[in-house]
Amino acid sequence: MAHVNNTYGTMAVKTGMLIIAAALLFAPFLFQDVRALEVAARICIFIVLVASYDLLIGYTGIVSFAHTMFFGFGSYGAAIALKQMGPGWDAVAIGTLAGILVSLVVATVIGLISLRVKAIFFAMITLAAASVVLVLASQLSHLTGGEDGITYRAPDLFKTANKLMVDDNGKVVRWFGVKLNGKLAAYYFVFFSSLALFLVMLRITVSPLGTVLKAIRENESRAEAIGYRVVAYRTFVFCLSAVAASVAGSIYAIWLKYTGPDTALSFAIMIDILLMVVIGGMGTMWGAVIGAVLMVMAQYYLRDLMGAASEATANIPLLPELLAPDRWLFWLGIIFILLVYFFPRGIAGTVMTKGARK
Amino acid sequence: MDKLSETLGRYGGVNLLPVVLAAIAFVLIGAPSSWVTLTIAGLSMGMMVFLMASGLSLVFGLMDVMNFGHSAFISFGAFVAASVLAALGGWLDSDSVLLASAALGLALLAAITFGLAAGLFFETVIIRPVYRDHLRQILITMGALIVSEQIILAVWGGTPVTVPRPSFLDGAWIIGDVSIEIYRVFAFGLGAVVFTGLYLLLNRSRIGLLIRAGVENREMVESLGFKINRLFIGVFMLGSALAALGGAMWAGYETLITPALGGEMMIVVFIVVIIGGLGSIEGTLLGAIIVGLTANYIGYLAPKLALASNMILMMAILMWRPSGLRPAVK
Repeated sequence: MAHVNNTYGTMAVKTGMLIIAAALLFAPFLFQDVRALEVAARICIFIVLVASYDLLIGYTGIVSFAHTMFFGFGSYGAAIALKQMGPGWDAVAIGTLAGILVSLVVATVIGLISLRVKAIFFAMITLAAASVVLVLASQLSHLTGGEDGITYRAPDLFKTANKLMVDDNGKVVRWFGVKLNGKLAAYYFVFFSSLALFLVMLRITVSPLGTVLKAIRENESRAEAIGYRVVAYRTFVFCLSAVAASVAGSIYAIWLKYTGPDTALSFAIMIDILLMVVIGGMGTMWGAVIGAVLMVMAQYYLRDLMGAASEATANIPLLPELLAPDRWLFWLGIIFILLVYFFPRGIAGTVMTKGARK
Repeated sequence: MDKLSETLGRYGGVNLLPVVLAAIAFVLIGAPSSWVTLTIAGLSMGMMVFLMASGLSLVFGLMDVMNFGHSAFISFGAFVAASVLAALGGWLDSDSVLLASAALGLALLAAITFGLAAGLFFETVIIRPVYRDHLRQILITMGALIVSEQIILAVWGGTPVTVPRPSFLDGAWIIGDVSIEIYRVFAFGLGAVVFTGLYLLLNRSRIGLLIRAGVENREMVESLGFKINRLFIGVFMLGSALAALGGAMWAGYETLITPALGGEMMIVVFIVVIIGGLGSIEGTLLGAIIVGLTANYIGYLAPKLALASNMILMMAILMWRPSGLRPAVK
């Protein structure tokens, strides 16, 4: 890859990052409706999830289809603990740790068995493992609630009725029109824990470890010949990203107060992650941010647009069906294919090389 | 120990696995009549999965291309066949066996034709630009899978579709206290015919010779002046057509199909291909039969474990033989 440290493209991407970070930080104040806050929280979670996936696919060149499985372990860990032990920080801690532990064990087993074989075997094996876990989650319904999932209460601090600050009349204080209640606390819990996780991953990519991972991606046998144990490194990074995904899952479970196959385990989430990482740009953490922001926004707002387009073309055969709001993945799939053909580095990678000295 | 493995090797080596599996199951199940029913169900399921998996394995073996969109052909085959059968409902309902089998034949033929055409499109448009780049292959074919699934949803809708099947294939033969579903026997027979055809094509014909040589060493075949790209398009189309045929057969077996069918079968297909070893149809057949038998035996003995059993089986076989039971690829 060309040196992309001082191009104006890189400056543009980094400026964009600052804007996104600021927008997310002040999201409750900037966009004062429930749906927008939902979107902002989802963006935070998915940034972590996609960044951790990028550690695998972009930095190390491993394709895994089991990333939602680890996300699900974290989600279900927190959900089951909160359901069984009642809302409390001890339940959150135990659930999160249990999720991490399960993720670590499963990731190590899969990694050691299958990371020594070809990339394609690994992709197939993770796909099989993820689907088995999905079926297990719906079968063990006494624990996971089956297809219906689990609803539970989050710790009291995050209750919407919880007042963080009260004025003299005992009413909740408003800042710039925003109530300082538990919902706000929950959002900032999501925001700051996501930010911390993201920064840790960012730090890893610029560390010597990150350099070794890139070496493995570029030329596996050469990295091995220099003396790095490729299987050990791959397994390690697989475990690392599994843990990050698992923690993201736990945070999301606390935010949503609901965990089910559709929000935590389904293959649709895996496809979302894949689309985000490719659209944003593989091999840069910034790409994960761009991909997550664009895709989540598209998920929430593109459908409205498509609904209108579908009605407008009602007289043409097949087109209305393809423009129906539920078919938005069709168009994203096509965009995805075109991007892989023509801009394999995604948005971030392509922009960052603009202005690079050859 | 060496002597034992040598003796085992002489009697078929890994090919004995299904027999061993059946014998163990016989002891565990205890009732011979259920065992026969389950074995036949397993064999016929294995044959249908073999149809779906053989193309994937051959394509990978010949061209080092892994098509994650393979399940799209399975779904399309199932839905195309279901539509044709539904359109020919009058023929199916008539008492004439001839008309009913003509309808069935047309449905299968439609699925195969669709598979051929879709395979040609897929190969030239989707996969051609990303030869030799595994990461992008996985991504591109995954993207194509997303698009195909959405097309199926747009055309056939998300609701389950009923698949009518000819009355002469409905029902079961009762021999003593053993009941054998006729459709399963039909599926097994068709699978066996296709396997024999493929085997003869690969081992007795000139084209087969070239394909096997291509699997062994692609550059060498090219340097001898053969256009292996054309051969590859042929193999790819054949593989897609077989997947569509397998999907069509599976649709008749399930009688109620949803767009999720392809994705569900894909997992089984992957497991079969990994167990059998990539690139050889014998390996695929072996893997398919093992998976079919295991699925049915475990489904009877411990229903909760049914899906996990395939996974455990795959893990076990991978630890024993990391490249599958009978791989043809280096």
